[in-house]
Amino acid sequence: MTDFLAEPGVPSPADPIGPLGPEAAAVAVTVPAMRGQTRWRLLLRRPTFGVGAGILLFWVVSAIFGHLFAPDNPLAQQLLSANAAPSGSHWFGTDPLGRDVLSRVIVGARDILVITPLATVLGTILGTALGLVMGYFGGAIDLIAGRLVEAVLALPAVIIAFLFIVALGPSTTTLIIVIGLIFTPLIARTVRAAVLTERNLDYLSSARLLGENPVRIMFGEILPNVMAAILVEFTVRLGYAVFTVATLSFLGFGVQPPTPDWGADIAANYSGLLAGYWWQTLFPALAIASLVTSVNLITDAIEQVLNA
Amino acid sequence: MSSDPSTSEAKGVPGSETTAGGPALEVSHMDIVYRVRGQDRLALRDISFSIARGESYGLVGESGSGKSTVALALVRYLPRNGRVSAGTISINGQDPLSMGKSALRELRARTVSMVYQEPGRALNPSLRVGRQIAEVFELGGASSGEATQSAEDMLRKVQISDPGRVMRRYPHELSGGMAQRAVIAMALASSPSLLILDEPTTALDATVEAEVLDLVAALRQEFDTSVLFISHNLAVIAKMCDRVGVLYAGDLVEEGPARQVFDDPRHPYTVGLLRCIPRRGQRKDTDRLDTIPGFQPAPGHTLKGCVFAPRCALATDRCRESDPPFFDVGELRTSRCFFHDQAPGLPRATPVSGATLEDQGSGGSLVVIEGLSKTFTGGVRALADVDLTINQGETLGLVGESGSGKTTLARVLLGLTGPDSGAVVALDGKPLSPDARRRPRETLRALQIVFQNPDSALNRRHTVRSLISRPLTRLAGLTGQALRDRLAELIASVRLEDRHLPLRPGQLSGGLKQRVAIARAFGAGPDVVVCDEPTSALDVSVQAAILNLLADLQKAERVTYLFISHDLGLVRYLSDRIVVLYLGRVMEIGPAETVFAGPHHPYTEALFSAVPTLDGERPDRIRLQGEIPSAADPPSGCVFHTRCPRRLSTGVCESTEPPLLEGEPGHLTRCHIPLAELRIIQRNESAPSQGGSL
Repeated sequence: MTDFLAEPGVPSPADPIGPLGPEAAAVAVTVPAMRGQTRWRLLLRRPTFGVGAGILLFWVVSAIFGHLFAPDNPLAQQLLSANAAPSGSHWFGTDPLGRDVLSRVIVGARDILVITPLATVLGTILGTALGLVMGYFGGAIDLIAGRLVEAVLALPAVIIAFLFIVALGPSTTTLIIVIGLIFTPLIARTVRAAVLTERNLDYLSSARLLGENPVRIMFGEILPNVMAAILVEFTVRLGYAVFTVATLSFLGFGVQPPTPDWGADIAANYSGLLAGYWWQTLFPALAIASLVTSVNLITDAIEQVLNA
Repeated sequence: MSSDPSTSEAKGVPGSETTAGGPALEVSHMDIVYRVRGQDRLALRDISFSIARGESYGLVGESGSGKSTVALALVRYLPRNGRVSAGTISINGQDPLSMGKSALRELRARTVSMVYQEPGRALNPSLRVGRQIAEVFELGGASSGEATQSAEDMLRKVQISDPGRVMRRYPHELSGGMAQRAVIAMALASSPSLLILDEPTTALDATVEAEVLDLVAALRQEFDTSVLFISHNLAVIAKMCDRVGVLYAGDLVEEGPARQVFDDPRHPYTVGLLRCIPRRGQRKDTDRLDTIPGFQPAPGHTLKGCVFAPRCALATDRCRESDPPFFDVGELRTSRCFFHDQAPGLPRATPVSGATLEDQGSGGSLVVIEGLSKTFTGGVRALADVDLTINQGETLGLVGESGSGKTTLARVLLGLTGPDSGAVVALDGKPLSPDARRRPRETLRALQIVFQNPDSALNRRHTVRSLISRPLTRLAGLTGQALRDRLAELIASVRLEDRHLPLRPGQLSGGLKQRVAIARAFGAGPDVVVCDEPTSALDVSVQAAILNLLADLQKAERVTYLFISHDLGLVRYLSDRIVVLYLGRVMEIGPAETVFAGPHHPYTEALFSAVPTLDGERPDRIRLQGEIPSAADPPSGCVFHTRCPRRLSTGVCESTEPPLLEGEPGHLTRCHIPLAELRIIQRNESAPSQGGSL
């Protein structure tokens, strides 16, 4: 039955006062708003956040101190015990050169955990600036920048990365810059959309009537109001960045051998799968998966808390 | 077909006939709680009232008083965390609280209908209007053909002139007034015995509101429906209801016949509330509005004794210790106050103005606007050839319905919207750049605005301190100690406190937010402040305090106001001169009392008769037909001729746009009928009471 009476005016459970909205708060002198502290506590209370943060923390510790607690030297070749299956002496087995897979997985976290956040930060900063400019100025600037963004988005990220890496030569810095630049238009698009919802609010007119310049309006007035959207976008992109870095190293454009690296190790050993040496591929792959998952769990928790 | 109430009775749930003699609605000792963070918070306590058959009952209260919660509880639409924790409800003798799912659905389908504030949200956007109304008849058992026919009849009953065409439209293609009529048609389609109207006209323009209210009154007669009318607008309740209940913080504090309650209130809250509203004959310079000190307690408060005691000048220890019972204060009247007999003499919270206002005398013209037009892309002509002056020190009231161009005019003046070329906007004799970004700091300082909605006008991520300080640094160039001194002075003058400074807007109530916005506008010492509906988002008691503040600041700072409002009572209270806009044209301009006293332009006349007041019905009621035309395609000749009840039969109104002519000193009208003739027409029609009303 189409119960037309059911829909309107029924307040959400979060609104205990009634459907009449904006003035509901007028009853109290000051309304306790959800401040930073409260949000932190809500975030910490979420199990998904705890699990995600735990996994992420493990990999961060591995990246920084991994060489201290890895059971073996990840570079030490022991050709006699090459392709050994997981056992008491090598929990994750060994690779074709007899290197300990567990040690390589632990120490291999280093580069991906340096490149990923730095690239995402770079992309977020550039994308935020571009998105603010597009959203705030609108008109021709938005139109031209918007078409450029679409043009970049139309190409597969990995292809663009190829072009740059071939031109600049593979290095950690190149990877950070390339991934940062690839993410810039994606983040710009999200920020622009958030800015557009702010643009019609009177506080921007009010700022213009104080003679504020556009830079101050964009960064001092609008930016604080779109931070939540940017934060969510940042964590989402972080997850993608892990994947992109791993893909590029798998394809040989990232960290160069013999330095341990998940993507590169998978690339080096996946042919061994046919011979049944599954541990050489599986464990680095699980490492990538766990890192992506942990970032996504954190993202979800943050998003839920921000939307609560 | 089912428009005949007797047939619907017969179709109704068995048992409804047997109780036909009883009240349509009876609520007794109802408590409603919301469960918030694991705790039950009492939102309404001990509510009892009843509505007789065919009676219209009004529930009036400020936001947060719980009036909508009552409506939701009646048909069990409370949100999941709300429930009726005590008391009983009986609709037509049936108890919705004990009903199963299907009986409840039956009740909602046949016995009770609801109409809400936003008609747009009550209609399914993807179904044609006709289909939606026909559906209600089909639920009542009609065949598809019959239902369509009935839907058409029903639309005709709600005075939609071309029902066939409206039925083929989608909701978004209807104007607000038309959509609300369609919703009312749906609500009446099931011939309900109880119709609940929750702020049904709050989102509508004055002339449209008047039509919808007339319609509801007429339909109530025809369908013999009982009505529960919920509104924050006391005048609307006074016009529409036989009896009224006044809600405050979840308590029904006073009840009685509407006219008596509003003319002779017996609860201090009702007394205070009525004093907050500017009445006919009150002016900002002679009568300061009274206010209610303090704040309404939040739902779930645990006050002992009378809920109003903390804000009541009559309260004694007795009030703070024991709950006052309902006292009979006359036939059918109750008041929940120990001192109901003293309530009418409630001491004022604010002194009647010391009348210290030395006549500032309007100086010369400060703002001059000439030949101002504004055409938006798509050919919407928001303003057409507006000439206007604002004099030094005066309040110019700008009145008009939505789409009249009020806000566009303000934005052009401020440089936020560029006018069409050829327009002159001058301040103090110096032409202004059309773009605020090109205006020198001195001009920016001189022209400021208080926006309608402080939620939108204040950056929610900034603290009150930085919000108020920023204009002082930017426009007045203050820093260091001078800045701190001025900030302290400013927050004192808008009656904020130091403890508010570190807070963000989200932590303030609506009234406090608007004070912050006012402090921002006044910070750098402006010459002209545009007030764009500064109180329309606020409750009545908060509004009075803001109006007093605006009047005080004008006195102290000698600023000039451009006061924009759709509320004629406010405009009359505050303004020295009034401009009436319709479809971007100035229809009438003149000294406030002259414009209100008449003779008026026919549009102004219609506007005045459309607005319900607490001062009794005006006998000179003229009604406008139809909707406000689109500014993209304004009517030929006089733009008002399509709705004008005084249109001349010569055809001149259709063909020629009348000029704005000065009929008496300072009083201009844009009408083919000369002012002297309008005086005769309007005086003849309204002779009985017009004299001496001012």
